[in-house]
Amino acid sequence: MSTTLDLTVRDASIELPDRITRFPFPFVRDTYRYSTNVEPAGSHVETAAGGWGRHPVDIDGHYFDELAERERILAADSTRFQSLPHMEIAQWNAMVTLMQMLVDAYPQTFVLEQDGATRRFVNRALGVEQAFVFGDRSTLPEPPLRFIGRHIQEDVVLLDQREDALWGDAGLVTFAADWSLRFDVGMSFLQIHGPVPRVHVEGVIPRAQHFLMGLQAGQRYRRTNWSLSVDRRLDQSTETYPEWGRDRRLLAEGPLEDVGRRLYLRVEVQHLVRLGVSGAIMFLIRSHLLSFEDIARVPEWSERLHRVLDELPEDMAEYKGITRTRGPGLRWLRTYGGVRP
Amino acid sequence: MTLTSDISVGNPAAGAELRLTVTDTIELTPTVRHVRLAEPSGRALPSFTPGSHIVVTCGTGPDGRPRRNSYSLTGPAFEPDHYAISVRLEESGRGGSQWIHDLRVGDRVSIGTPRSAFAPVLTARHHLLVAGGIGITPILSHVRAAVQWDRSFEVHYVFRGGDGAHLDELQQLCGNGLHLHTRRDEFRERMGAVLSNQPIGTHLYACGPASLIDELTEQARGAGWPDARVHYEHFGIGDLEPGEPFTAHLARRDVDVHVESGVSLLEALESRGIAVPNLCRQGVCGECRLPVVDGVVDHRDLYLSAAEKEAGECLMPCVSRATGSRLELDL
Repeated sequence: MSTTLDLTVRDASIELPDRITRFPFPFVRDTYRYSTNVEPAGSHVETAAGGWGRHPVDIDGHYFDELAERERILAADSTRFQSLPHMEIAQWNAMVTLMQMLVDAYPQTFVLEQDGATRRFVNRALGVEQAFVFGDRSTLPEPPLRFIGRHIQEDVVLLDQREDALWGDAGLVTFAADWSLRFDVGMSFLQIHGPVPRVHVEGVIPRAQHFLMGLQAGQRYRRTNWSLSVDRRLDQSTETYPEWGRDRRLLAEGPLEDVGRRLYLRVEVQHLVRLGVSGAIMFLIRSHLLSFEDIARVPEWSERLHRVLDELPEDMAEYKGITRTRGPGLRWLRTYGGVRP
Repeated sequence: MTLTSDISVGNPAAGAELRLTVTDTIELTPTVRHVRLAEPSGRALPSFTPGSHIVVTCGTGPDGRPRRNSYSLTGPAFEPDHYAISVRLEESGRGGSQWIHDLRVGDRVSIGTPRSAFAPVLTARHHLLVAGGIGITPILSHVRAAVQWDRSFEVHYVFRGGDGAHLDELQQLCGNGLHLHTRRDEFRERMGAVLSNQPIGTHLYACGPASLIDELTEQARGAGWPDARVHYEHFGIGDLEPGEPFTAHLARRDVDVHVESGVSLLEALESRGIAVPNLCRQGVCGECRLPVVDGVVDHRDLYLSAAEKEAGECLMPCVSRATGSRLELDL
């Protein structure tokens, strides 16, 4: 297994699959620290294997699987959708904005037409067609944010701005990485980020909030965040911790050769968009998972991932929930992944 | 990922300049003129929050530089097919309002995209909207949204007899939630009672001349209103005296910028290609604050505290000027 993999790494003539070429590899240097790492959205980022970043909504080969997974999770736990009463207008605003984003990015698949007050949204991939009147709840089968959530792979959080702060007052989050929307809903931006280590001393979170509060209608920014995850499991919310928490220990105690297949680098591409009519900030979170085995097919990535994980301070590793899996990941990269430290 | 990128792809219209066409003008009162602007193609314009304003380039001043005024948007807010402003003629102003009053259907007008600085607080249980004179303009867009989203609200509108802009429309929108006053003393007395009689969780929004806002916020404080529930937007800063000319020396660049009478320091800096972040251009939002190294400042803003003005270490270049002939800025 290791030898064939090594051959693959060194054979540049083999075309890499989309899941690798489109992966938003997040590390631009050999160390990682929290920062207010926001940049204007919409530009294409080139990576060692390909690139990403053209559209704020991103549809890939996992579209049907991930939407089916979202349906399953929502059916099992309706609290993954939350909206405080005053967020009705923000929900509508977010829904129409996302529809327009889908049309802009994939005009072959999505349609949004207007006839007087009535709009018609079509998703040809899912065979869904829905007419609605903006703001009129009787024209939709369910709350607007939950409706549009069934058409995108992104999680969405809507932040209301008032009292000189931002508040996470609505959201549709089925693919949380070790947090809970139900727990966070109604909290301020600063409260939500309370448990993050280091950032409070360095002022990263207040700076980020100040930046977000200054966004003007229509402005879009983005950033990435990352962690490690065992297996291709999108739903790692606090609610399901009993189902996935122990996998981290089991992987660490299991055979090293399994790690490349079972340990994933999980990258969130987050978009921040100021909505026009509600004034809310729409926070899109798109989670991408790539196994260490796949990462090892791009030598620049495996080398850099090894350096970043090796150098990462303990408190940051603890918060990211990777204290158990980081060691096995590093060992696998050295043993089977072609990394020479 | 801390790539820096100048590419603003996907930031449609944010902070952009729009070139619109006058589609309609209506004389609402002897002094107030309503103007509608639209894309020649009829395309929808960027949405905005209630209380938003646009900065309009009102021709050029006597010095040949663009004159810019901000005006509240009075029309529909969601993907509107036009922007509407209502402008009172300021005889003693810098000529911007006169320029608006001279516009004709078909004229082209340059504006910035809408800026939100006076948005409703969506968690409010009740919205107490108060307008003095032409201060009705941002309140009107608040009323529109309150009606559409079924929010609890009432409006108190004080104006000089015969000069009440948008009365018909307000009556249609508010029904019996509209209270009109044409005498300031009567209005003051009435507001005293209104302010001490609101349900918990009410937010107060006021727009009007400085004297009215000062009085009202004073009354609200006296009635125990927390500051977080009191929101106001001044207007009438356009009536500022044009001021004396002076020179701003930019210490870091070692450059002198001359500021003519009737031109703001902010405009003078912009015309020299020096970008200063700004929002209201009326001395209320705090966005354009600049550090002062030397010289005496004539503070004309409503943003800095008395202590900050006293210290003289910064100024709001959108309205404030030099007291003498020279100011030195850390720019």
